[in-house]
Amino acid sequence: MSFQSVEGLLQAARELPLWEAVLEHDCREEGISREDSLSRMTALWQAMKAAVADYDPARRSASGLVGGAAARVESSPRPIVGGFVSQVIAAALKTGECNACMRRIVAAPTAGASGVLPAVLLPYQDKYHTPDGEMVEALYAAAGFGQVIAARASISGAEGGCQAEIGSASAMAAAALVSLHGGTPEQMAHACAMALKNLLGLVCDPVAGLVEVPCVKRNVAGAMNALACAEMALAGVESAIPCDEVIDAMRSVGALLPDSLRETGKGGLAATPTALRTAQRLRDGEI
Amino acid sequence: MTVFDIMGPVMVGPSSSHTAGAVRIGRLTRALLGAAPVRAEIRLHGSFSATGRGHGTDRALTAGLLGMEADDPRLPQSLSLAREVGLYVTFEPVTLPHAHPNTAVLTVTAADGRTLTVTAASLGGSRVKVTGVDDLEVSFSGDLPTLLLRNRDRPGIVAEVAQLLSAAGVNIATLHLHREGRGGLAAMVVESDQPLPGGLLKALAETDGIESVRYLDPKGGA
Ligand code: SF4
Repeated sequence: MSFQSVEGLLQAARELPLWEAVLEHDCREEGISREDSLSRMTALWQAMKAAVADYDPARRSASGLVGGAAARVESSPRPIVGGFVSQVIAAALKTGECNACMRRIVAAPTAGASGVLPAVLLPYQDKYHTPDGEMVEALYAAAGFGQVIAARASISGAEGGCQAEIGSASAMAAAALVSLHGGTPEQMAHACAMALKNLLGLVCDPVAGLVEVPCVKRNVAGAMNALACAEMALAGVESAIPCDEVIDAMRSVGALLPDSLRETGKGGLAATPTALRTAQRLRDGEI
Repeated sequence: MTVFDIMGPVMVGPSSSHTAGAVRIGRLTRALLGAAPVRAEIRLHGSFSATGRGHGTDRALTAGLLGMEADDPRLPQSLSLAREVGLYVTFEPVTLPHAHPNTAVLTVTAADGRTLTVTAASLGGSRVKVTGVDDLEVSFSGDLPTLLLRNRDRPGIVAEVAQLLSAAGVNIATLHLHREGRGGLAAMVVESDQPLPGGLLKALAETDGIESVRYLDPKGGA
């Protein structure tokens, strides 16, 4: 069985680095070799980079609502912060747009939230010249926390709302950043907890039921939140509520969400007049 | 749950359930047919029919029927590829009572005239569940090698099948029996830990009382 609690994950990380505890545990459970696991994870890392490299601002999604945003951010005439932060925003948009335009991406943990992890990891590698091997290690750390979230709560928008997709991805990305930047396992747990807390209650309300609006831009929210929470955790800021309890709270909030806010495309933004018009035009075959 | 259920798969977007899961349903159907289909009538239920076009569910199911994987970059062009290789596909909406919202019913025909109807649901992530094969209600994921037998309902037949499997070194993971009435036609669905050798499938087909044998090899692309 995979890790069922962050508590358990931290215990396993007493003897060896957290990412390695996740790798070893998975190899034992699944009966696969360390080499096989590492080469699979390396392929996922390469695919994340390939998705961003494959970005084409001319592409549009099925509804025509998505496309070209990342290129605008990159060539903004008046950026407020620019630099690293703009790169994070652009990378989140690139992966999200690629996904909406039926290009190849890595579900992490889902297709809708596929932009969050690459958005923080690619600019990080760029800035700190981190070798690929260490980036892959960070993916194991992220997956370890993701496994606990999936086991205790959910990583599906249909089950738990967007907090379970973008929220989980953001929490995983926050932990990955702390891992990369030399933080302790406890700091990873605090980063994960804070990131999830910040997005608690986020509903899943895709316009016309498509993974386009608000999904693509929520990847930016997830990435920026991960960055802020990792920064806080590395500075010694702690989550007042332990990570496992935050995950359990996410689960109960998900259960309380009405159907209309769990990927049915019936509530929230999906129920706005503009969204309803878009949905109607799609049904009529106008777009 | 492995780390790769959380991280990955590599897939063509936009939706784990509507796109990647739909490819899997198409692949499973092709594998169960045991041949490349030349015709496919696809009925889409619930959210598959409501938002399927925008998610590329039609293209994803077709890609699966063509034997593609969920990360195949040709997926968006699968409808025109199908026309090129002589697979004729139609889509229509359907309302099924009590079905999972992401359900598709695929009736496929092989070049030799064999037909098969598969009902399957995409459960999220890229996990799927087959809920019907022809008129039979079933429940399997297609993650394991799966054997579907139609047999006359006579004493001892289950034991004979189990015997044949164990003699071939195949361990049974799950076994489900269905029957339509005492002494009538019945069915067995067997999930196994090992793939079934071709010789075993032949021996099963020749067993007295077994009317049809279908086999799904999750690793085989058919
Ligand atoms: S709004 Fe729903 S479909 Fe879109 S990313 Fe969030 S959970 Fe996924």
